[in-house]
Amino acid sequence: MHFKFSEEQEQLRESLLRFVQQDYSFEKRREILASTDGHSRTVWQHFADVGLLSLGIPEDDGGLGGNAVDLLRVMEVFGRGLIVEPYLSTVVLGAGLLVRCGSAAQKSQLLPEIVAGSKRLALAHFEASARYELSHVATTAQKDAHDKSGYVLNGSKSVVLHGGSADLLIVSTRTSGKPHDTAGLSLFLVDPKAKGVGLHSYPTHDGHRAAELTLKNVHVPGDALIGKKGSGLAEIEHTVQTGIAAVCAEAVGVMDALVEATLAYLKTRKQFGVPIGSFQVLQHRMADMVMQVEQARSMAYLASVKVDSGDADERRRTLAAAKAVVGQAARFVGQQAVQLHGGIGVTEELAVGHYFKRLTLINATFGDADHHLGAFSDLMVA
Amino acid sequence: MDLNFTAEEQGFRADVRKFIDKNLPAALRDKVLQGKRLGRDDYLTWHKILHKQGWLASTWPVEFGGTGWNATQQYIFEEECADAAAPMILPFGPRMVAPVIMKFGNPAQQEYFLPRILSGEHWWCQGYSEPGAGSDLASLKCRAERQGDKYVVNGQKTWTTLAQHADWIFCLVRTATDVRAQEGISFLLIDMKTPGVSVRPIIMLDGEHEINEVWFENVEVPVQNLVGEENKGWTYAKYLLGHERTGNAGVGFCKRWLKQLKKIASKQPSGSGTLFKDARFRDRIAQVEIDLMALEITNLRVIAAESEKKGPGPEASMLKVKGTEIQQALTELMMQALGHHALPYQHAAMDAGFRGTVVGPDFGVPMTGHYFNFRKASIYAGSNEIQRNIISKMMLGL
Repeated sequence: MHFKFSEEQEQLRESLLRFVQQDYSFEKRREILASTDGHSRTVWQHFADVGLLSLGIPEDDGGLGGNAVDLLRVMEVFGRGLIVEPYLSTVVLGAGLLVRCGSAAQKSQLLPEIVAGSKRLALAHFEASARYELSHVATTAQKDAHDKSGYVLNGSKSVVLHGGSADLLIVSTRTSGKPHDTAGLSLFLVDPKAKGVGLHSYPTHDGHRAAELTLKNVHVPGDALIGKKGSGLAEIEHTVQTGIAAVCAEAVGVMDALVEATLAYLKTRKQFGVPIGSFQVLQHRMADMVMQVEQARSMAYLASVKVDSGDADERRRTLAAAKAVVGQAARFVGQQAVQLHGGIGVTEELAVGHYFKRLTLINATFGDADHHLGAFSDLMVA
Repeated sequence: MDLNFTAEEQGFRADVRKFIDKNLPAALRDKVLQGKRLGRDDYLTWHKILHKQGWLASTWPVEFGGTGWNATQQYIFEEECADAAAPMILPFGPRMVAPVIMKFGNPAQQEYFLPRILSGEHWWCQGYSEPGAGSDLASLKCRAERQGDKYVVNGQKTWTTLAQHADWIFCLVRTATDVRAQEGISFLLIDMKTPGVSVRPIIMLDGEHEINEVWFENVEVPVQNLVGEENKGWTYAKYLLGHERTGNAGVGFCKRWLKQLKKIASKQPSGSGTLFKDARFRDRIAQVEIDLMALEITNLRVIAAESEKKGPGPEASMLKVKGTEIQQALTELMMQALGHHALPYQHAAMDAGFRGTVVGPDFGVPMTGHYFNFRKASIYAGSNEIQRNIISKMMLGL
C-alpha cells in the first residue's frame, strides 16, 4: 500500500501546471468563455499534441493507455485551472465508453479521431424529468420500417454537457420497456447534423456549455448501436461512475486552489490594524476547510482506484460514498472561501467566485451529495 | 498509488488474527463487545497475554523489547485487536511515558522502567492537567522543590485516568518560577505509594469511576526520577502529545462500533419494520460510514507519510478531530437507536456477572452512559479547538 504517484504521473502534472499558469490565465479564460464554442480549439489541439486526449485509450486503439489514477492527476490540475474544454465529455465519458463497449469498427474509426483532436463527443443521457435516476429513459429507438437494420429515434435529452459543440453524440434510448425499467436500454451514435436532431446550446453558471437535445424521427444505421442492444444500463452506470471519479478529482483541485487563495487573503487583508488571519474564529474556519479537503482527497483517491474494479457492488458503493463526501466538502469549502473573502468574494472580479461556482455545479452533476448519501444508504439494505 | 495491502502484510494480518482468535479469552471479548465494565484485571489479563507473545509494545523498537513493526504493521495490528473486541491496551505506559523514557531518559531509567511497563508490573497514569491548567497546560502550578538529592512535590493533578489502579505517575511539575512558563517545567516520575500522594475519585456522567484527582503533599521524589534535564519538561511533553494524537483516530474500533450500530438498528422496531429500514435513521448511519471511509484513507496517508519520516506532524491533529467526531456520532446514534429505552440508568447491569432483569434490550444497557462518557473525546488529549489552533499555526502558518 502506498500513495505515491509515478514519475510519469508527476511529470504530466508538472507540465500541465505550467500550461495552466502560462497559457490559461484568468484573463485568457475570459476570452475563451466569450467565444462561439465557449472553449478553445487551440487549447484542444494542444491537449491532443501532448497526448492528453489519448489518456485511457489503449495503445492498440491508437492511445497511450493509462488508468484512472493518471486521469485523477489531470483532473486535479484542470480543477485548479478551471479548464472549460470538453475533456470530461469527450475523453472520460465518450472515449471511455467506446473503449469499454464499442465495436471494433467503431473503435478503429473514432478513437484515432478523438486522439487527434478532430472529434469531440457528448453523452446525451439524462432527461428532463429523470433528475439523477439512471434508468429513467423515455427516449425511444424503434426498428426502422424502411431500413431493416436501422433505427428511428424519438425523444429529448436535457443538460447535455458540451452537446452544442460535439461532433458526435452518444444517445441512450429505450428499445423496450418503460422509463425506470432496468432492461431495454440501448446506446447509439448520433450525428448532430442528421435530419430531425435539434440542439439548443446555452452557457452554464460555471462557464461551461450544455445543450437541450430533441430527436424527431432521427434515422440511425444499425452499426450506430454501441454495445449490446437492451443492456445499456450497466454501461451507462459505469460511464457515469468514471465521470464521478473525474469530477471528484477536479473538485479536489478546485478546493486546493481555493484554500491557497483564501489563506493568502487571510495573511494580507488587514482590518482593525491586523491581518484578519490573526483572528481565531477565521483560523478555525480555515482548519475546518483544510480537514474537509483532506477527507475529500482521500475519497477522490479511493474513487480512482476503485472505478475500474470488476466488482460492480463495490464500485457502486465506493463511488456513491466519494461523490457524497466530496460534494459535502465542496459545498463547505466553496461557501466558506467566499465568506472569508468578504465582499470581493461575491463578485466576478476574483477567481474565488468562479471556483465556488464550479464546485457548486460539480455537486449538481451526476447526483449531489444528498442523492449519493441516499444511494449509499439504500445499498446497505439492498 | 496502490491501496492494496501487500501479500506479506496480508499474511501478517492473518497471523495476528489467528493469534487473537486463539488467545483472547471469550469472556473478556464478550465484556468488550457488550460494553460491560472492565476492571483492572481485565486490562492486565490481555496486557500479559500480549506481553508473553512479545507483542505488547507494538510501537517500540526491538532494542527496548518492542516488536519493531513498521507503521503499516502497527495499523493492521490495532485494527485486528479492535475488530476482535480485545480490551484496549492502555496507552499511559507503553504509548505515553515509554517513548519519553526511550528518547530522553537515562540508561538506568530505561533498564528499570521499560521492562516493567512491558510486563504490566507497573500501571502508569498521566499527571498533566491541573484545575487551573487545562488547555493552557504550561500554566501548571504543581511545585517540585529541589532539596539535596530529592524533590519535594506539592500540588494537585486532575482528570487522571485510572489513577486508582496506578503504581506510578508521570508528572509535569514546576521547578522554576522566574522564567517563561514553558521554561520552568520538569518531567518527574513518581511512585504512587510514596507518602503524601492521595487519590480522590471523580465520577463521570455515566456514573463510572474512570478519572481522579491526585494530590501531592510534601511528596519526596529521588532526583534519579527526573527525566532528562531540569526545566526541559515542556519539550518532552510536546513530544509525548505528538505520539498520543497519532493513535487517536480510532478507525479500528469505530469500524466495530459501526457494525454494532447496524446490528442494533436492525433489531430495533420502527413503524411496521426495523429502524434500519427507516431511511431517515439509516441515512445518518450512512453519513458516519462515509466519513469513516474517508478517515481510514486519510489515516493511511498520514501513516505512509510518517514511514517516509515526515511525521508525526500537525496532520495528527486532523486525525484526532475527525476521529473523535466520528466516535461521538456513533455513540450518539447507538443511544438514539434505543428510543425510550435510552432512559433507564442500570448501573448494576454494567457488571458482566449481573443476573437480574434489565429494562429494554440487553444490548441497550451501556449505550446512554457510553454516549455521556464519550463527550470526553473532543476534550481530552488537547481539545478539538486546540487541535484547530495547531492546524492553523503549524500547517497553515496563521
